Amino acid sequence: MIATLPPAESWLERFPLLVRDWITGHLPESLGWLAVSLLAIVVILAAFGLLFAYLTLAERKILGRIQNRPGPNRTGWFGLLQPFADGIKAVTKEDVVPREADAVLHFLAPVLLVAMSLLGLAVIPFGRHLLAANLEAGVLYFFAAGAATELAVFMAGWASHNKYSLLAAMRALAQLISYELPLLLSVVPVVMLAGSLSTTHIVDAQGGWTFGWIPHWHVLTPWGFAGFVMFMIAALAESNRSPFDLPEAESELIAGHLTEYSGFKYALFFMAEYFGMCGLSAMAVTLFLGGWQAPCAFLEFIPSYVWFTAKLLTLLLGFIWIRATLPRLRMDQLTRLAWKFLVPLTLLNLANAAFWSLSAGWSGPMHWVRWAIALTVVVGPFLLLGRALTAGVAPRTYRYA
Amino acid sequence: MNLTFALIAFLILASAVLAATRRDLIHSALLLVGNWLGVAFFYLWAGAEFVAFAQALVYVGAISMVVLFAVLLTRRMRTELPLLVATRDRVVSAVLGGAAVFGVLAVAVLRTPLDTNPAKPAGSVSMLSLGQQLMGPQAAAVLIVGVLLTVSLLGAVVLASSDADGKEGAP
Amino acid sequence: MNMLQACLLLSSALFCIGLVTALSRSNTILVLLGIEIMLNAANLNFIAFWRFSPAGSAPATGVIFVLFSIAVAAAEAAVWLALVIALYRHQQNIRLQEATRLKG
Repeated sequence: MIATLPPAESWLERFPLLVRDWITGHLPESLGWLAVSLLAIVVILAAFGLLFAYLTLAERKILGRIQNRPGPNRTGWFGLLQPFADGIKAVTKEDVVPREADAVLHFLAPVLLVAMSLLGLAVIPFGRHLLAANLEAGVLYFFAAGAATELAVFMAGWASHNKYSLLAAMRALAQLISYELPLLLSVVPVVMLAGSLSTTHIVDAQGGWTFGWIPHWHVLTPWGFAGFVMFMIAALAESNRSPFDLPEAESELIAGHLTEYSGFKYALFFMAEYFGMCGLSAMAVTLFLGGWQAPCAFLEFIPSYVWFTAKLLTLLLGFIWIRATLPRLRMDQLTRLAWKFLVPLTLLNLANAAFWSLSAGWSGPMHWVRWAIALTVVVGPFLLLGRALTAGVAPRTYRYA
Repeated sequence: MNLTFALIAFLILASAVLAATRRDLIHSALLLVGNWLGVAFFYLWAGAEFVAFAQALVYVGAISMVVLFAVLLTRRMRTELPLLVATRDRVVSAVLGGAAVFGVLAVAVLRTPLDTNPAKPAGSVSMLSLGQQLMGPQAAAVLIVGVLLTVSLLGAVVLASSDADGKEGAP
Repeated sequence: MNMLQACLLLSSALFCIGLVTALSRSNTILVLLGIEIMLNAANLNFIAFWRFSPAGSAPATGVIFVLFSIAVAAAEAAVWLALVIALYRHQQNIRLQEATRLKG
């Protein structure tokens, strides 16, 4: 391990702290804690609001490129003002509430959804010094805050008094219940190995490098890699993204639970979807990709929040790419994937992580044995279960006329 | 009195009363979610962070889903929600009984000299010691709860699955 | 009245609301929700005693008890969803008065 100057010393790393101290310095001592909390809230809202705006643009641009069309390019340079045009349009549009709808729930659903999807961001360490709330049970808090989002989707579907919306609500419930399990189970090994539910401890546990350039991220261990992939699959389903966007499957259900929403409420739903996606990706970065840790020792001079943002944007790009690539699943395929494939594999992965933790002391040739066993436990069941589940269905042969 | 406590108590009681008196089942269920959240806030206020998050995760995330599923699966059409008003004297006797129980409990609570120690809160057990308690002295209980959960899951599947040969409702 | 008594009063009020719900409604789901409220009231008591009583030899007992209680509530919810669905399949509604098949 190369001992370098602790990057906490560099002023770029401490820049957010300096700004915070400069702002709170103008206020009386008694209001200091309030100002710090408010500042964290404002920064998170502003940063993720802007990220949301440009994520929509990026998604449309990238989808366009993948489908051989330019994407939005009329508003501003290269369409850079498109998100703001969309925002103005959403605000000025007429807000239609169906006469039969349950007005209170119809109004509450998008508000609750946005609020709940923002709550989880409080425990994500965005940088070495950038953490809104350092909770001892941070990981648990994140998932507890995210648990209410499915309720909001259900409320939206039920309050609209529309059969498509209700179908979407049922689908959302079934889907979110099914995928909550693999999502949580794929996180448990990380908590077990780090020995803590606190997000800062989990990031700290992934610090350091072997030979100065191989980081100790969880994703670079067999159980961590499997856990990361399964976490991302479950995260895709939890945030209702394609190929798991069954609740709003537009080819079957018009727009699912969004059918009866218009104007700003519709925009709120989109905002919540992107916030949820950002939150889960940020959690994946924290749990598996080393959080704000730099990938190599000599790259540590770049501030931690830059690394976090880079990893977050990579994962979000992955989300968009998957949306452009994969077709939507059928409802039975969706639940089968969760219960017959992901849940057994996550449970096995838990045992694998336990083995990894117990064999931490093995050295010399036993080190290779450790890797071999762990890799077998990851790959073997994956192949066997995959074969068994797709027997008679795959591989498909396509014939083109 | 503590203002935070008063607010939490109001949230818990108001949502429970509203949930018990609404005629719309979905509204009842959603109000009860508010009640469960209020209980989670109470745990948070009392310093039991872990329990509060566990309560939110299990009740708001899982049990509320189960309730909503039950409501949606057992109703024909929205207008035909089963009528919920029981006969008047049953309601009256239930309310009287509940009030009597509350009276007894309240008198018992207020008359008992409870030895409290607010100056030195026993609160905020650290996550580490909680985990060591659960994995050490309470490990057997954790195992039993695990078995209980598995058995209840299997039992639920058996209960809810329809008979394969179409003998529906056969005793 | 000290804080512990206030907490206990809150939980007994909650318990009685649950009791009245369970006794007065005829819909199975609402009866079970009433039982769920009573369970929560009991959990409130555990936390209140844990928080306000002088620390004993086992400082985390109340918390651990509530954790187990929540786990059991989850198991119970799964079973009662199955029961409600089974009941509905047998008699096409979920009114408790009509669930009299086993009545002698």
